[in-house]
Amino acid sequence: MTMFVAAALAVLVSLGLALVRVIKGPTIFDRLIAGNSVGTLSVLLLAVIGYVFGRPAFIDLAITYALLNVIGTIAVLKFFRYGDLGAGEDEAGP
Amino acid sequence: MGQVISLAIVLLVFWLTLSGIYTTFLVTAGVISAVVISVLAYRMDVADREGHPIHLSLSAITYWPWLVWQIILSGLNVTRLIINPSLPISPTLTLVKMTQKTDVARVTYANSITLTPGTISVDMEGDEILVHAITSDNATDLEAGEMDCRCTQFEGST
Amino acid sequence: MDAFIYLLSWALLVGGGFFCVVGALGLLRMPDAFTRLHAASVIDTLGVGMIVAGLMVQSGLTLTTARLGIILLLVFFTSPVASHAIARSMRHRNVKPVLSEDRTGEGG
Repeated sequence: MTMFVAAALAVLVSLGLALVRVIKGPTIFDRLIAGNSVGTLSVLLLAVIGYVFGRPAFIDLAITYALLNVIGTIAVLKFFRYGDLGAGEDEAGP
Repeated sequence: MGQVISLAIVLLVFWLTLSGIYTTFLVTAGVISAVVISVLAYRMDVADREGHPIHLSLSAITYWPWLVWQIILSGLNVTRLIINPSLPISPTLTLVKMTQKTDVARVTYANSITLTPGTISVDMEGDEILVHAITSDNATDLEAGEMDCRCTQFEGST
Repeated sequence: MDAFIYLLSWALLVGGGFFCVVGALGLLRMPDAFTRLHAASVIDTLGVGMIVAGLMVQSGLTLTTARLGIILLLVFFTSPVASHAIARSMRHRNVKPVLSEDRTGEGG
């Protein structure tokens, strides 16, 4: 029990530090990198919290977050490259 | 065809792992979904040697433990760099040759480079990968080509 | 045996938490975006790996362990894709990394 709380605290501290980088980050890419890390850390936090409260259903939420995290990062990257989410590399409109 | 059957089995195992409730209805629904998705994947031509490379599973058994060991070593190395108060980094851009033939092995190599802390594959130019390394030692280690050699073995021992 | 499992999961969880904090510290301390990617990959590999391994040791051979294994595989397969996508789009946007040595021979 104590060990899960300790791990959750460590993850929370790193979440805070990553959020500082999200707020400070001079370029959009710094914010994206830190945002990606926040996503990964929240997956960890969800998994650990499932153990702290003894509810294994949180693991399923963590799986969903892990799937959404990478899709979110790539969607933001595409958006800043092309200005919209639909067009690919060779069909980027006028 | 082997790929399609193995894809169906993998999907069914994934369903059973996530569901955790084994009533007749839910298991039947899982079997039906796995079969339907496998048939769709077969019709879309995505369940081929590239999309579902089961012929590589034997080499994965020997490659992955080595990769995990490399990740631990270089992770500790990057950790030392970060907690060192003087931050002794020397970022280096370098071009690394790759000797793999198939796309799957090339993706494995580039992904292994990125997964190992301290090196990131930035771009691919013909037969070379542009790598950003956090210290020049990391770049030199990668240029020595042990990981490249392992990935070529990974592809070769089909 | 129980004491061994207890100690092992303590060690893994504390170690994983340590690497998470170190990675986040690296995000703050590193000088430019490319080097920050390296710090983020410490979180994605060692932090996630050790914490999830600690949880797996704690729950033993159950369905929960299999689900944690799925999380581990997902993070290990997708985090290099995200890092590479960020690095590649930085290069295409002509973000110049701070370099102490350039062995590509293109200059700059």
